[in-house]
Amino acid sequence: MGVLSFVFSSSLGRKLIMAVTGISLIAFLMVHCAINATVFFNDGGETFNVAAEFMAKNWFIRAAEIGLFAGLLWHIIQGFQLTIANRKSRTAKYSASPGNANSKWYSRSMGLLGSIILIFLVMHLKHFWVVSRFGIPHELGHLEYASGAHLENLYIEMKQTFQDPLAVIVYVLGCAGLGYHLLHGFGSAFQTLGINHKSYTPMIKSIGVVFSIVVPLTFALIPVVMYLGIIK
Amino acid sequence: MGNTMNINLKVWRQQNENAVGQFEDHKVQASPDMSFLEMFDVLNEQIIENGAEPIAFDHDCREGICGMCSMVINGRPHGPKGGVTTCQLHMRSFKDGDTIVVEPWRSNAFPVVKDLSVNRSAFDRIISAGGYVSVNTGNAVDANSVLIPKEVADTAFQAAMCIGCGACVSACKNASAMLFVGAKVTQLSMLPQGQPERQSRVVAMVDQMDAEGFGACTNTGACAAECPKEIPMSVIATLNREYYKAKLNGK
Repeated sequence: MGVLSFVFSSSLGRKLIMAVTGISLIAFLMVHCAINATVFFNDGGETFNVAAEFMAKNWFIRAAEIGLFAGLLWHIIQGFQLTIANRKSRTAKYSASPGNANSKWYSRSMGLLGSIILIFLVMHLKHFWVVSRFGIPHELGHLEYASGAHLENLYIEMKQTFQDPLAVIVYVLGCAGLGYHLLHGFGSAFQTLGINHKSYTPMIKSIGVVFSIVVPLTFALIPVVMYLGIIK
Repeated sequence: MGNTMNINLKVWRQQNENAVGQFEDHKVQASPDMSFLEMFDVLNEQIIENGAEPIAFDHDCREGICGMCSMVINGRPHGPKGGVTTCQLHMRSFKDGDTIVVEPWRSNAFPVVKDLSVNRSAFDRIISAGGYVSVNTGNAVDANSVLIPKEVADTAFQAAMCIGCGACVSACKNASAMLFVGAKVTQLSMLPQGQPERQSRVVAMVDQMDAEGFGACTNTGACAAECPKEIPMSVIATLNREYYKAKLNGK
């Protein structure tokens, strides 16, 4: 552990943690988004429920989930710690602001955007994660499909949650926060890892922009189309 | 003085490091061809004639190579133009009747000496910690006896453009010095002369940087955008890479 102790003690080590946990969370978002997108098959949630069942029962996924929560927690705690330390390095503030002349607003607002995501996340975990782990509380909780599959019906939970317009608004705002957080975070993570090369960096940046738009937009569309009844 | 400009200034005045500072309003007439520092010279003459104490500000070469001039002008280090120092900024970049806010570099690692002058010794201590190379004494070796690919030399030279002015620290929302340290580490780690201390250097310089109280980089890019020598963000990626490698090697 001695050789790795710098990740706790030095500024560059703490940045490395932000980048590594951030990229892990990006990988998680990819899987999460792909599974959620199956609701657009509009098959009454059958594909979605099959996928959710796999994620809930597979031991490898269960083990990875522990890592995911640990990484998420580390990302949050480290983020707050760095933000506080960084603020201490300039106690006398400037009177004049350069505005957006030398940097993007969302790159300067990662703490704020992260906090929006955190508030959303608490609500989101209560809506779905708790329910999927500890049982769906109403009579429609189990389903038998034509194929003979007997599944827990997480899909109906989604549909019920998104009948509330307030929940839809909170989810859309949460996704917007996530989008801007990613717009800076995706490319920033690679820069922190030391990957900055004239051949690869433009590609990483482009992928980051596409990812930051497509993934949050897919997430945000689900509550909207469910509320509007476009998806049955 | 056919086209004299009337400039309103709000200038930061602070007696010393521990004193409470405040803005002071001044009016000055300047020619559009004056540099920003020459405008301050005129202002100081005016202040002295009125029997008051002139504004302290740093300057030396006045041709953009010494790294002494500072001043955050309307919230931007070295003013609104890219790729220039304050001494290379001209009054034609402003409009007649403009109000300009002038502040010192603000960072706890750069305490105010007086008014607009700050103490940048923290940079010197970072350099002392590792920003040097070992050279044999005796006769100078032939310049071309050590072969260096052109691309490597160009990248090293680009990083070596850094004049250590501290605009990166002053522009950064975290008052981080990583563009400065990245430039020095990049320059020295790329060239053959810098190899013996390559790993110990980066660790020593980063340790000193942290000890001085600079913040950590969040990759906003404000430093590179404001750098008068246009040092790119890639030097920070190089710094990260060099540091992780050295640390994983047990340095």
